[in-house]
Amino acid sequence: MSKDYLILLAQSNPNFRIAELESLADLYNIPQIDFSSHSEAHPFLKIKLDNDEQAKRLIKRTILTRGIFELYAEGKNLTELHNNLKIFLKTNPNILSEYRDSSFKFDVIGYKGNKSLKKQIEMIETFQYLELNGKIDLKNPEEIFTIIENYDRIDLVNQKTEDKKENFELFNKKVENSSYYFGRQVQLSLRTSNILKKYDLKTRKYIGTTTFESELSLVSSNIAQVSKNKLVYDPFVGTGSLLLTSANFGGITIGSDIDVRTLNGNKEKGINIGSNFEQLNINLQFLDVLAMDFTHHCLSQNFKIDTIVCDPPYGVREGLKVLGTNRPKRFEGKENIIIDGEKSFLRKDYVQPKKAFELEKLLDELLEFSSKKLNKNGRLCFWMPTVNEVKNEEHVIPRHCELELIYNMEQKFNKWSRRLLVYVKRDLNEYKGETIKLNEVHKSYFRERYFNGFKSIEDTIK
Amino acid sequence: MKLITSNFIKCPIKKCDSSLDSYPLSYQNCQLVIKQQDFNANFIKSMLNRLDWDALLRVAKELGNTLLPLNKPALENSDQEEDKEDDEENLNENDLKLLKDLHNLLLETNIIEGEMICRSCNHKFYIKGSIPNLLLPPHLVD
Repeated sequence: MSKDYLILLAQSNPNFRIAELESLADLYNIPQIDFSSHSEAHPFLKIKLDNDEQAKRLIKRTILTRGIFELYAEGKNLTELHNNLKIFLKTNPNILSEYRDSSFKFDVIGYKGNKSLKKQIEMIETFQYLELNGKIDLKNPEEIFTIIENYDRIDLVNQKTEDKKENFELFNKKVENSSYYFGRQVQLSLRTSNILKKYDLKTRKYIGTTTFESELSLVSSNIAQVSKNKLVYDPFVGTGSLLLTSANFGGITIGSDIDVRTLNGNKEKGINIGSNFEQLNINLQFLDVLAMDFTHHCLSQNFKIDTIVCDPPYGVREGLKVLGTNRPKRFEGKENIIIDGEKSFLRKDYVQPKKAFELEKLLDELLEFSSKKLNKNGRLCFWMPTVNEVKNEEHVIPRHCELELIYNMEQKFNKWSRRLLVYVKRDLNEYKGETIKLNEVHKSYFRERYFNGFKSIEDTIK
Repeated sequence: MKLITSNFIKCPIKKCDSSLDSYPLSYQNCQLVIKQQDFNANFIKSMLNRLDWDALLRVAKELGNTLLPLNKPALENSDQEEDKEDDEENLNENDLKLLKDLHNLLLETNIIEGEMICRSCNHKFYIKGSIPNLLLPPHLVD
């Protein structure tokens, strides 16, 4: 028999919540969860699960939730909550018997408002009829019963006046329009245990100008279904943010980048990608970073990848480059130059020239590469920049016949967005999707738009 | 560069793709450093599955290690639950010793300077400051 559970959601990046939950449910084999009551505007999500075990597996490593509770009752106010709880206990007389002798405490969680400690204690006292016989233990209780209050104060901000007294009355009026939940804490999330602080860029020693922020980096690793001893590869590793958060979830991480300087780190300060892993004590999970152009990759046949997660360069803040030269004439015959009896291109100090490349072409190559190197059901997750508020144009998302696009989620900035695109590698015998090559639709689209101040094509022609 | 990585890289030049000699690369004039890592039996076991043993034997021999068994050791590899602790205690003495040796060879042995040569096209790549450089000159890029 399934039971009701309440997920408390975090308020940031609400459009990534369901993808994170679904990805973890899939990873941990929790079947058929109905998330259809979810609203991005609300911090609560009611679902049905078989047992606490499932709830723990689902929530434990989430970044976009705060925790999960077995839900016993809800109500528009405290009286209604109590009435519903009493009815629930009557129809389910044994629901609390397992916990009656456990040590316990009560928690009060307030949304958009908080009661004073005194009022909280008064409220907790009203639950005496639960007949919990265990001893109260505020430090290490076996069970935590939680009252969640949600003050619906959506209009309050607009109505706020200078008069403090008036505001207070307004507040009390609004409090009536709230909701209450009562449940038992089953699992708090990684977010609640302060993971964001651990991965905060402010405390990370080696970062660059385009280092990926920690929260969405952790979310990406969750949606990529990184798990213990799965092989994770980032072909645009930069300073290693996405590998770092993937190692947090037990992934074996390896990266490459065409920019040798970023990989070398700062030798004077002794900091580099590897030292970031050491700083967080997850260096066993870090294999190596290679100086490599992934369009001319060196990965061997036996090197099969479980997950690819990356943030390709957009060609805006940092140049987007691949091997080769834009001025082939200048390099004609240079392969014959000999220095000190050695071909110059075979010398240790030789620097391989690079040429500018289009983002669109690069992403097409990324999909092609992923279709070849990913294990079946492995995921490709990458961030792609798109232009906002453009008339008569749809965003074109690259597609590959062996990769099923399962998520396309947007993080909005002012005039542009970046999207997390998530694909699953399928077997051609079981799946045949369409192929859309970005480079054939529009070339150097994002870059031109960026430097145009994101004017639409019509405006540009004028 | 950890020694294990040598097991995952071949010559990136496209015309070498079909040649068996482009993997593994040949490691020469290498400067090795041992950097301690915490031992985790499950981690090594999971890496063992991914290894091409013949390639490992060849590279290990070039770097002076001839003590590896000729065939990839078959260890029982139970499906690991996420939260399961190491099953170090469940391993017999020989297996544990083998895993510790592999740990030392694959993860603790770092090549900090050296040359990697493709046995098919003779192109020479370098490891500089522990970072292997597989970038190519323009005339070898299509």
